[in-house]
Amino acid sequence: MATNRAAQTNDSFLDIERTFWDRLVYASRFLWRDQSAIIGLFLFLVVVVAAIFSPQLTPYDPLDQNLRNNKIPPAWSAEGSWDHPLGTDSLGRDILSRVIYGTRVSLTIGFFGVLMAGGIGLIMGTIAGYFGGRVDAVIMGAVNLILSLPYLLFVVFIAAILGRSLLNVVLIFGITDAPIFARVTRGEVLRIRESGYVESAISSGARWGRIIFDHILPNLIGPFLTLATFEMSAMIFYEASLGFLGLSVPPTVPSWGNMLASGRTYLTSAPWIATFPGLAIMFTSLGMNLLGDWLRDVLDPRLRRARK
Amino acid sequence: MQRYFLTRLLQSVLLLFGVLLLVFLMVRMTGDPARLMMSREASPEEVESFREAMGFNRPVLVQFGDFFTRAIVGDFGKSLHFKTPAMEMVLERLTATLQLASVALLFAILVAIPLGLIGGFNPGSPADSLGRMVTLFGQSIPNFWLALILILFFAVRLGWLPSFGRDEWKSVIMPAFVLSLPTMGRIVRLTRSSVLEIRAEDFIRTAHSKGLEPKVIYVKHVLGNILIPLVSVIGVSFGYLLGGSSYIELIFSWPGMGSLFLQAIGWRDFPLVQAIAVFVSVVVITLNLLTDISYVIIDPRIRYGD
Amino acid sequence: MNTQPVLEVKDLVTKFYTLEGVVHAVNGVSFDLEEGEALAIVGESGSGKSVTVMSILGLILSPPGKVEGGQAYFAGKYGQCDLLKLPPAELRNVRGGQIGFVFQDPISSLNPILTIGEQISETLVKHLGMSGEEAHKKTIELLEQVGIPDPKMRYRNYPHQFSGGMRQRVMIAIAIACNPAIIIADEPTTALDVTIQAQIVDLFQRLRNVIGVAVIWITHDLGVVAGLADRVLVMYGGRVAEIALVDDLYEHPQHPYTIGLLGALTRLDARESKRLVSIEGTPPDMLIPVTHCPFAPRCPYAFERCWQEIPPLIEVGKQHRTSCFYDLDKRRPRDG
Repeated sequence: MATNRAAQTNDSFLDIERTFWDRLVYASRFLWRDQSAIIGLFLFLVVVVAAIFSPQLTPYDPLDQNLRNNKIPPAWSAEGSWDHPLGTDSLGRDILSRVIYGTRVSLTIGFFGVLMAGGIGLIMGTIAGYFGGRVDAVIMGAVNLILSLPYLLFVVFIAAILGRSLLNVVLIFGITDAPIFARVTRGEVLRIRESGYVESAISSGARWGRIIFDHILPNLIGPFLTLATFEMSAMIFYEASLGFLGLSVPPTVPSWGNMLASGRTYLTSAPWIATFPGLAIMFTSLGMNLLGDWLRDVLDPRLRRARK
Repeated sequence: MQRYFLTRLLQSVLLLFGVLLLVFLMVRMTGDPARLMMSREASPEEVESFREAMGFNRPVLVQFGDFFTRAIVGDFGKSLHFKTPAMEMVLERLTATLQLASVALLFAILVAIPLGLIGGFNPGSPADSLGRMVTLFGQSIPNFWLALILILFFAVRLGWLPSFGRDEWKSVIMPAFVLSLPTMGRIVRLTRSSVLEIRAEDFIRTAHSKGLEPKVIYVKHVLGNILIPLVSVIGVSFGYLLGGSSYIELIFSWPGMGSLFLQAIGWRDFPLVQAIAVFVSVVVITLNLLTDISYVIIDPRIRYGD
Repeated sequence: MNTQPVLEVKDLVTKFYTLEGVVHAVNGVSFDLEEGEALAIVGESGSGKSVTVMSILGLILSPPGKVEGGQAYFAGKYGQCDLLKLPPAELRNVRGGQIGFVFQDPISSLNPILTIGEQISETLVKHLGMSGEEAHKKTIELLEQVGIPDPKMRYRNYPHQFSGGMRQRVMIAIAIACNPAIIIADEPTTALDVTIQAQIVDLFQRLRNVIGVAVIWITHDLGVVAGLADRVLVMYGGRVAEIALVDDLYEHPQHPYTIGLLGALTRLDARESKRLVSIEGTPPDMLIPVTHCPFAPRCPYAFERCWQEIPPLIEVGKQHRTSCFYDLDKRRPRDG
């Protein structure tokens, strides 16, 4: 698939070009030495497991209101109990369960958002890079426009217009984040076009479809994976931002953003309502950023092992 | 070089046009801007008279022409909530946001650059680890949540700092600090990686081979070269700060453009929303343009390019 | 020569401690350099030639590198000293002040944001204690000396405003600025055009005649060496394979690797067209310390002893040493 030249005889062990998988395998040996990446992976897995096994992990139904039990503090304070380890909110709902279910919302939005953004970005970037000229100018114009806008303002603006729903949130992120992926794709397409690959591939009879699959896509997996990790982390944060204003998913859905919104009202009387979802967001972002950092270091194509 | 200036200028103008188009279209996305801006209890007659008054019945192109020509001179109509010209309100609030963003930028630079430098010159040292933590947490902590926590702590429990408003000089500390964190993280990382990159460059090896003192090499040769990307990042970061201050302003009741924006969203006061969105975009785009231009001026490779 | 060599390197050992293991870059290299002499160090990428000279002057990045053994006696302005044992401040005085460097890639070896005049002047200020003005004047003289036209104006230019050959001349100006005893040139012409190469070699020759400076010229190209060198040192696998006077080396090579290198040369004036001979096999993996001759895997003459011991450097003629157990003249293993 991708290029995999063996060590050349003359210039020795300086330049060994590896495939994407080689590098990943090689680097995972170093995963054990790089503690921060392990922490990142661990946090990420915790979130994924929590999302998949939410029903099994939660003692209560997150939607279960019980007004007699409202605003109970967490277990370690005087009035709390281990029935509700993290306390309850203003409507008596168990916070631990809501935080756990919140992983589902966040991961869904993050995953599908990135999927959509990556997909749209890939197509836009490929078209722009392939056709060049006016098409390129128009597409890149749109890309640059979106990238130079104050992101939060416009996301809030659109969300306010479209209304609260999971689909809307995914759509908003999917479209507004596509430019970043588009830029990376276009860069790669242009690079391939300007290198000898295209000419030699065409001269040996390859068609553009083949070229895209054999040369462009494999080189994109690395950067896309890294970018996807960071963007997913960002989307989880932006969902919380929207939720905080009541512009994300409907209020009954246990999303971390929604929890923060109600937490703000009761900040002084019941601070735990806001504290735990915030911590959840922080650790999720932390985990994904650590993973992203590691991926970026590992998949950097300029990283050649020079031995002297 | 002049060609570059002109091209960038033209690009910026086109971007501004794009922003106006976008803002115009966004309000019409659901098909009926009048419904959007009126409260849900409004009767169909009220909505219809509103529609007439705002000119939403006219052909779209006419509306856009009108919107565009007025927007260029800063006329965004009257705020629905305050009944005064929208742009006036925005400008009133401008100073507060500028102040907040400037202090935040100052915090960020004062902490991040030294940390980044130390980290770059002594990778693996405790100071470097501190710097990398700052980067990590700066970009992982949801800053509006942190704002809540800090208010709880410093204002409510300890009473050291005011929890809202812009009355005393102490008021700016918490909001600016929280606002500065992501930027702080970004600048630490950039400074550190720039230093590491430059140190590995061949010309630093040449400097060593000349027998120059390490101090001279660090200041004259290394720092001189990181100035260029640093200026660029600082310029762009200021834009981020101006555009991203809304939540912090809201939580701390800081009377800036950002909090006004979020309030306007709540009131469905879209003329005001549009005015702020366009204004902030213009500022950010201008800032980016200035940053790019300064980059060209500072880097001798471009200034004296052949 | 009865005078003391200006540089005497004995048993230099340098290792790199990397994530993948320990790289044995230099494994006991010894050589002398006489005053005013031109010594060429030849070898493939990874043979340790650059690392050798960088180790001598403390220019190895440490970590991961470490000079672990040997001596480097330098007869400098202030008497003899072992460069490997000098405290950092004094070593800095030697670097640039008494030993100059010219590196391979002039584009990346010059600071892009400083004028070239400044980059030359700063050595003068540091080592010769000149004032700004004096340094400025001297710099202009130096620029003239290395053949840069219109030096007064060019002083204020930046590196990117020069062509590759001109930049290399600037580097040479930096190297000779403080009248050093030795100039070490690490592949100075590899990145340049063939015609410019010849000009730079000429420049070096001229400078040698005028200033009398000794030159160590590192290259992987034996062809370039012929015009300049008095002696040649061939390195392989971090060790000295052969060292000899230049004519001796070309006419009477005593190491199979040298023969291979010579065979890989093409000459424009060759009467018969010879096939380009390349040396079979791949260079050694420097991660693995060897207890046999490093060239044995690729050597057509290797026999049992080659695989059991490391061949020491032995004299085989006047100023001619080789580290090979096989006698190429007699076509049989050496005695002793």
